[in-house]
Amino acid sequence: MTDTATRAPARDGIGASAVRPDGVAKTKGAFAFTSDLFAEGLLWGRTLRSPHASARIRSVDTEAARAIPGVAAVVTALDVPGLPTYGLDEADQPVFAIDVVRYAGEPIAAVAADHPETARRALEAIVVHYEVTDGVYDPEEAFDAPPIHPNGNVFRHVPIRKGDPDATGEVVVEGMYEVGMQDQAFMGPESGLAIPAEDGGVELYISTQWLHVDRDQVAACLDLPPEKVRLTLGGVGGAFGAREDVSLQVHVCLLALRTGRPVRMVYSREESFHGHVHRHPARIWMRHHAGADGRIVKLEARLLLDGGAYQSTSTHVISNAACFASGPYVVPNAVIDGYSVRTNNPPCGAMRGFGAVQACFAHEGQMDKLAAACGLEPVEVRLRNAMAHGDTLVTGQVVAGTLPTRECIEAAAALPLPPDPADDWLARPGGTGRTTDRSDVQRGLGWAVGLKNLMYAEGADDYSTASCRLEGGFAVITSAAAEVGQGFVTLAAQIGRTVLGIDDVTLGPAQTATIGSAGSTSASRQTWMSGGAVEAACVAVRAQVLAHVAASRGVPVAELALVDGRIASADGSVDVAVAEAAPGVVFEATEEFHHHRTHPLDAGGQGQAHVAFAVACHRAVVDVDAELGLVRVVQIATGQDVGKALNPLAVRGQIEGGIAQGVGLAVLEEIVLDKGRIRNPSFTDYLIPTALDMPEVVATLIEQPEPGAPFGAKGVGEAPTVSSHAAVVAAIRAATGLDLARCPVRPQDIALAPRVAG
Amino acid sequence: MTEVQEHYTLRVNGRDHAVEDAWLGESLLYVLRERLGLPGSKSGCEQGECGSCSVTVDGVLVCACLVLAASAVETEILTIEGLAGPDDPMTVVQEAFVTEGGVQCGFCTPGLVMAVHDLLERIPEPSDLEVREAISGNLCRCTGYGRVLAAVQQAVARGVRG
Repeated sequence: MTDTATRAPARDGIGASAVRPDGVAKTKGAFAFTSDLFAEGLLWGRTLRSPHASARIRSVDTEAARAIPGVAAVVTALDVPGLPTYGLDEADQPVFAIDVVRYAGEPIAAVAADHPETARRALEAIVVHYEVTDGVYDPEEAFDAPPIHPNGNVFRHVPIRKGDPDATGEVVVEGMYEVGMQDQAFMGPESGLAIPAEDGGVELYISTQWLHVDRDQVAACLDLPPEKVRLTLGGVGGAFGAREDVSLQVHVCLLALRTGRPVRMVYSREESFHGHVHRHPARIWMRHHAGADGRIVKLEARLLLDGGAYQSTSTHVISNAACFASGPYVVPNAVIDGYSVRTNNPPCGAMRGFGAVQACFAHEGQMDKLAAACGLEPVEVRLRNAMAHGDTLVTGQVVAGTLPTRECIEAAAALPLPPDPADDWLARPGGTGRTTDRSDVQRGLGWAVGLKNLMYAEGADDYSTASCRLEGGFAVITSAAAEVGQGFVTLAAQIGRTVLGIDDVTLGPAQTATIGSAGSTSASRQTWMSGGAVEAACVAVRAQVLAHVAASRGVPVAELALVDGRIASADGSVDVAVAEAAPGVVFEATEEFHHHRTHPLDAGGQGQAHVAFAVACHRAVVDVDAELGLVRVVQIATGQDVGKALNPLAVRGQIEGGIAQGVGLAVLEEIVLDKGRIRNPSFTDYLIPTALDMPEVVATLIEQPEPGAPFGAKGVGEAPTVSSHAAVVAAIRAATGLDLARCPVRPQDIALAPRVAG
Repeated sequence: MTEVQEHYTLRVNGRDHAVEDAWLGESLLYVLRERLGLPGSKSGCEQGECGSCSVTVDGVLVCACLVLAASAVETEILTIEGLAGPDDPMTVVQEAFVTEGGVQCGFCTPGLVMAVHDLLERIPEPSDLEVREAISGNLCRCTGYGRVLAAVQQAVARGVRG
């Protein structure tokens, strides 16, 4: 059916695999990422960063740099007109280092010049005298070390006490687990274009996850009222948590205001590794007590996250890690202590999965130990403890919504297994290296199940705002929700089409000047929160249209319905297309959407802290050459709780992409530190999965609509990353018989592991 | 920049472009993006690891970040903008990327599209392993490659070269 006159209205509504509205431009290279933006008279900004992780700054001499022809400005801490620090929760991070350096990569100065090479030379000409001091690089030492920052070294202690602390069971299993520092490694490095405005303010085109919170931090540091700092979302090349914190925002605006010229700043890959927060490295001890039947009686746990030099979201990440230390299992008694601490390592904060990823690696290792101790299959021990709707978390919160843990496990188990190890050389571990004989290949199968909350927690009102404007059958939806690749732009239009019954729905630009906050593109929240705001705005506009038609046609509004793009009355006296219902009239509404209220955890870690939950199960199959330590991940099967798939194609994309990051964390990805310095800040040395590394992914979506969620949908972005790494490592353990208490699993962890003789 | 500036001509997407007052150290990627108004090729790593800047020089797929612009005089350079202009229909490969969900943030997409075109011109019906090998120099952080591989399959099924 290509005849538009007879085409069913509201195609590509909710539930359809609508394609991205920006897809054509993106495949043609015509989509404007922030780094592609140009302005007349553009200058290039660059940042000077400390090579030392712990030092006192004796002096910064910018004289020689300023003298270089083509250099328009050099700025340091002395040039910051407003608040000298910023931060999402606590403004503890200096815009530029003030007297003290607390991590390797901390900004010292920034320059603006006529050419990137001029800017680079200017940075080389800045003379900084450092007095290197002893740093704290082991998070365990942070507790007793002298404070790295006036705020102290412990960001937060989260104690959780539930039930009887002395309860025990016939079976006790214990383990220490460690997770390395992962980088989000989005493909489009940090970028911003700042243009000075005539009113003394600044226009900032920026790649970010949350425009309004960036604006507030930038305005405070520049000592400008928020309305004079106007942010517009530029095209964003991925995010995954790394764009939640401010990076270059203040620097580039300061340079633009100082020079009176547009300044663009784009990080190199090396600078990107130093310029954003990472996933917290974790050390986790757990002891599970269970009955002989494998049912968990008590969990004891201590979780330690290295937050690096500044706070970022460390207080929330540890809260999540502690709250979900029990995984998607019923745990009647718990003694859990979570700590996030300050060190002189690079700052850590948000990354996809946000604390639940680290906890999952430990609790899933424990579940396999419990299964072995009880003589149960890994699947069986998980099913026996599986949490469901109506069960109680270790925080005392009852799961009020859907939680199909059992269904996710059973769905993953029902998916077909891959064929036996191939005769093909290239399909074996080592691939084209042709290193592995068939007889060396050991296959392993591993399981993991993960639980995570959706939306912000502990009393946060992370609302979202959206507007809808309808004129002549065309609707424009405006939201400040950051599209970072996840597909909110597709979904918002789908919601508009479904609610308004029309085809022509487009999105306006995401800007701070034209619409209120949408909250952050994180915590799997935009489908629910901004989806909810878009739905509310469209519903309000629909009501206006119906009221208008009712008044003009003299029929009661209650008798009108909007179906398939037409407004019709039950008796048939009114039947008009939405596009023709009110010529020349503009209908407009702006709505805020709030989730139900949550509450902080109390002193015992108890409370209604979370809005909703999502669960996923992953089954991994790996082939291992234990002699060489080589792993090939063959297949990941998953059952994922999605509530309702609003765009099945986009959901699948989130699942496959999230699993890729889990596979990376399992066997490839780690930021290697040497006294706080990143040893591998490049894609040559920090490896992310290529198309040759990625296994086949088979998935079953579990659809149990979530009460209270717009259209019943849960956010789907994080669950694929919460447990896929743990499943892969479990599979490697199964293949090798090794304990492997740390991820990523490196070749030497397998090849050089002590083996039991014989 | 105060040192000696160079003038040269690059032939890009079938058109001659004058490059004036350029520093000799500039990469082909920089000149395409910043001097010639062709920002479709993306800068993701500047060391030939991510493939986001993939273009062809005399028919050979290269990372534009690793080619000195001035060394590419008297060659035929093809960029993503040369495959289909703003008003042109998408190529079969581009269309497949859109309909199969092979695009998320889109930063790697131009490079991937260039790599897939290069593959299908050499091998019109590649095996799964040949496809994976051909795009293994193009990093994607969003998709996990599943929908990208589906897009290549669709393009192959439609039997159109590039």
